[in-house]
Amino acid sequence: MKGEVTLMKGNEAVAHAAIRYGCDGYFGYPITPQSEVLETLEALMPWETTGMVVLQAESEVAAINMVYGGAATGKAVMTSSSSPGISLKQEGISYIAAAQLPALILNVMRGGPGLGTIQPSQADYFQATKGGGHGDYHLIVLAPSSVQEMVDFVGLGFDLSFKYLTPAMILADGIVGQMMEKVVLPEQRPRRTDEEVKKQCPWAANGRTGMRKRNVITSLEMEPAKMEVNNHRLQAVYKEIEENETRWEEIGVEGADYLMVAFGSIARICDKARELAAEKGIKVGIIRPITLWPFPKEAVNKAAEGKKGILVVELNAGQMIEDVRLAIHDRLPVEHFGRLGGIIPSPTEVVEALEQKIINPTKA
Amino acid sequence: MEIKEIIREENKVYSTPQLLDEVDMHYCPGCSHGVVHKLVAEVIHEMGLTEKTVGVSPVGCAVFAYNYIDVDWVEAAHGRAPAVATAVKRLWPDDVVFTYQGDGDMAAIGTAESIHAANRGENIVMIFVNNAIYGMTGGQMAPTTLIGQKTATTPYGRRVDLNGHPLEITELMKILDGTCYVTRQSVHTPAAVRKTKAALKKAFENQLAKKGTSVVEIVSTCNSGWKMSPEKANDWMVENMFEKYPLGDLKNI
Repeated sequence: MKGEVTLMKGNEAVAHAAIRYGCDGYFGYPITPQSEVLETLEALMPWETTGMVVLQAESEVAAINMVYGGAATGKAVMTSSSSPGISLKQEGISYIAAAQLPALILNVMRGGPGLGTIQPSQADYFQATKGGGHGDYHLIVLAPSSVQEMVDFVGLGFDLSFKYLTPAMILADGIVGQMMEKVVLPEQRPRRTDEEVKKQCPWAANGRTGMRKRNVITSLEMEPAKMEVNNHRLQAVYKEIEENETRWEEIGVEGADYLMVAFGSIARICDKARELAAEKGIKVGIIRPITLWPFPKEAVNKAAEGKKGILVVELNAGQMIEDVRLAIHDRLPVEHFGRLGGIIPSPTEVVEALEQKIINPTKA
Repeated sequence: MEIKEIIREENKVYSTPQLLDEVDMHYCPGCSHGVVHKLVAEVIHEMGLTEKTVGVSPVGCAVFAYNYIDVDWVEAAHGRAPAVATAVKRLWPDDVVFTYQGDGDMAAIGTAESIHAANRGENIVMIFVNNAIYGMTGGQMAPTTLIGQKTATTPYGRRVDLNGHPLEITELMKILDGTCYVTRQSVHTPAAVRKTKAALKKAFENQLAKKGTSVVEIVSTCNSGWKMSPEKANDWMVENMFEKYPLGDLKNI
């Protein structure tokens, strides 16, 4: 029903959102903590209703290459996985980016490195925002902090990836994937017909209808001069995305003495910490980057104006902090607070970290 | 008599297939790929499938197949052609989809994708050019390299104790319930070329009839990689490869 509030896990919500967006295909492989995406899709059987293809692949490698194949034909296709599985997908993601194809990839992050832990983490920030696979490319990286944003970013991710013909990634942490929350699902949109796909994506390889010139989807180019042009073309798209698609949220930045920068579910813990700090008379604002790439560097730089220090809170050993430092040209004290191994800090811990690392560092 | 008077439509016994571009191929003289490309182009055209065919090219010498055969193409990462083709076919079930893979693509780096696509019975054609060597990268050992065969990475000949056995992936394909047609052909004589063309036609017909996965292996030469003349390479293939990789249908249901 329209606008109906339901309660579900972030992973389940993604499955519903994909069907309702009119997604054409999902290709995945089970891995904790995101297997509910595939499980929910298989249970909902969208091939009986919208005609969406759902396939459990033999590996993450196969799944991302199915996404590459589907995207090459102009269809709206996606995959989801968690950190070790996303590592396996990097080659395919690089090919998708290089071939300028639209696709959506969900990473419900767990702790690493290696097999690590199945508990939540944000330690794939570098991988998601700095390339991940080989070559000069970027993904549009969206970081949801709620189940509602998990849903909203499915649509946003697909829309942006089709607009710029570049893959988009939802970089969620295991908390958002596993947590149950109130959510409003979007209305069901019809999937595009094959004719509509052919019209919308005249570049796609899906058969030379009407004996049109053949379409070839490839990332290979042996001539250096042409390959340089291909690279410049990608870079021009990235510049356009940086100019137009940077997204962030600000909470109580104006009039604050200090700033916290956090993304995903951790930003919500920081919001509670902000309230606790206010009770102690500490005025701290929050910047929550929504697009991790492009990073909202100007917004962070502007928010830093007149502040005494910045605490970057992440579920990792310090990754986004590098972008924060670059954004403010290192002109303020910037410190990192993070828990590892799947441990989630409490708001009280965050306030303590703010006091010890930023407000009164000599005491630490 | 002028040559133009001889080459009249009524005298024509052969012409370039309609779907084969009139460009110089990058393949070495004597390589089997050119003949196989020609057959694929002929079969697609003769079956009237041009407007709905999508080819998936591999990494290997045939990476540039998309430069020659005039259908839509997706160039896959090394070994991933069957995964790519799986999605193309499932999302466009009325299209005709084939992969074109070498031995490294099919039987080394892409073994999982090849076996699983065939085991799911994906309704695609898998064309497997087996020349027992990595041609593109300069003649290294392939999974199908014969025991004793010299390559850049087996300079004293392939040894079982060091390199294991040649992988009979087509025999593996045969036992999978998803495959409907598994055949092994070659293109070293006019008769063999005709048989291969018939096999390719049957494979595409199977796809139209939604029968499952068809695998057409073509035992081929790589005279450059083998360091032989084209003629010697043909002889070597007949004398050595056919014993390990015997020609004929392995499965036809």
